Amino acid sequence: MSELFVIVEHRLGEIRDITFEMLWKAGELAETLSSNLTAILIGHEVNSIAEKISDRADKIIIFDDEGLKNFNADIYKEIISRLIEESKPTLTLIGNTSWGMELAPCLSIRAGLPLATDCIDIISKNGNLIAQRQMYSGKIFANVSFAESDGYILTIRSGIFPTDRIGDRQAQIVQKDFPLKDITVKKNFIEFVETAAGDVDITQAELLISVGRGIGEEDNITIVKELAEALNGILSCSRPIVDKNWLPKYLQVGTSGKSVTPKVYIAVGISGAFQHLAGISGAGTVIAINKDPKAPIFRTADYGIVGDLFKIVPVLKDKILEVKKGG
Amino acid sequence: MDIIVCAKNVPDVAEADLNISDKGTDIDKEDLVFGINDWDNYAIEEAVLLKEKYGGTVTAITVGNEDDEEVLRRCLAMGADRAIRIEADDISRFDSFVISKILSRVVKDLQFDLIFTGVLAEDDYYGMVGMMMAEELNINHANMITALEIEDGKARTTSELEGGLGEVSLIELPALLTIQTGINEPRYVSILGIRKAAKKELKTIELPDLGISDEELSPRTIIEEAFLPPETEGAEILAGDPDKISSDLIEILKKKGVME
Repeated sequence: MSELFVIVEHRLGEIRDITFEMLWKAGELAETLSSNLTAILIGHEVNSIAEKISDRADKIIIFDDEGLKNFNADIYKEIISRLIEESKPTLTLIGNTSWGMELAPCLSIRAGLPLATDCIDIISKNGNLIAQRQMYSGKIFANVSFAESDGYILTIRSGIFPTDRIGDRQAQIVQKDFPLKDITVKKNFIEFVETAAGDVDITQAELLISVGRGIGEEDNITIVKELAEALNGILSCSRPIVDKNWLPKYLQVGTSGKSVTPKVYIAVGISGAFQHLAGISGAGTVIAINKDPKAPIFRTADYGIVGDLFKIVPVLKDKILEVKKGG
Repeated sequence: MDIIVCAKNVPDVAEADLNISDKGTDIDKEDLVFGINDWDNYAIEEAVLLKEKYGGTVTAITVGNEDDEEVLRRCLAMGADRAIRIEADDISRFDSFVISKILSRVVKDLQFDLIFTGVLAEDDYYGMVGMMMAEELNINHANMITALEIEDGKARTTSELEGGLGEVSLIELPALLTIQTGINEPRYVSILGIRKAAKKELKTIELPDLGISDEELSPRTIIEEAFLPPETEGAEILAGDPDKISSDLIEILKKKGVME
């Protein structure tokens, strides 16, 4: 029976949601392909993590060693490539995360298997495998096929598939050892650092007014700030604003910043890269102001205003102040 | 400190109305403005900053046609010492795997302590060329670098992880690092600066001269179909003049309980 591999991602003793999402998709594929679903869990003292996925895989292969405490792409690569050689899985799924994006290309070269990254769907049609992904900042979708191979490696975008359990499985636990001394590690983990600590906690805000690249100049942020003040809301932003050092990292919404859950989220001049959209999936109502009608943000927003933010935002602010004064 | 930076010329699609090309596997790029991939802009800046601090050389490399030299000229203007273009008229026939093979073959013959690539390319969003090169060249690597310092011949790197966490590592050189946006503030490049840099060395290498086998030049991934995003329900669009839009918005904000 053919096999599907899912590489479990966990950090600081916590399983990452991407693992559940991959197991969901792999579970669905395992049905259509009549395959066994195997989760690969590499780490130290990971029994509680194994427990969390024991009803989502047919087998969990665990490598538990103190030397595996921290993620290291080279060690993962050696372990997984050997497993791939032994079991020849049809598919190996890895999260399209910071760690996965380091591991997958190395593994692809090492194992000699084709790789498609950042997949948003996997379609198996008449024995052919198609990976669906996005290009050009999400404005174009593409179906990608592969050169013939024994197996394929795909990295999966976070937040695309449900975290729910699919099917009914009872995992057989297999503990394995890997001769770690055979690997010379030339990258040493030092520490984790908080890069987004600050005075304002945007994750607690009920109303966020968020500014993005469309603001053009640093000084222009004032008009969005004034709108936020008029509404008693909190100012936040998208990545390009932090990259340019115009606002601090702790105000950044998105995958590498904070995931937020306001009642209302107003996105001003934000086109809606998927990393940003992932950060607002928990928002109640999303209102977007952007001049590009094709901006991806309009696909997920509840209300959209297609137009020049410099014409709309000041008028909106004045009107709000007027209403408040009158009320 | 000798540093190699791999850079890519990409179309700016931020506010462009995109159409699918006749072949159906890419977009129509004819009317689009090209420029350096955003991530690569930070990568070249980081390389030049290190050179300014520690001395050494910066070499910029791209795979592409003559138009793509624009990206190298920009790198030269920013402070790279020399540039190499591997001639390829249509790089869309290559995938990241092939591009990484080509680049690896070229840098193998060069002296380097560090290789930088951007984390991603804005056009294909694959983000795999850098790490494939690291594996191909069998050198150390780290991903999504947001801070970098050199300490006793080692690189102290901060990799960006999800959720506002950074991972600090110490890596022996030579190493390949993929550079994340925001690591620095890329300098401004003037037309004059580009003109001045025209004197610097820009070498062209013909692909067949690299002696890469046909097998290594055959892509492992093939775009079967490119298409516009499937229709979704999408946002309810508020139309009218700013006055009307503002009144409608205020009603919505009141209804949602965030405005009295």
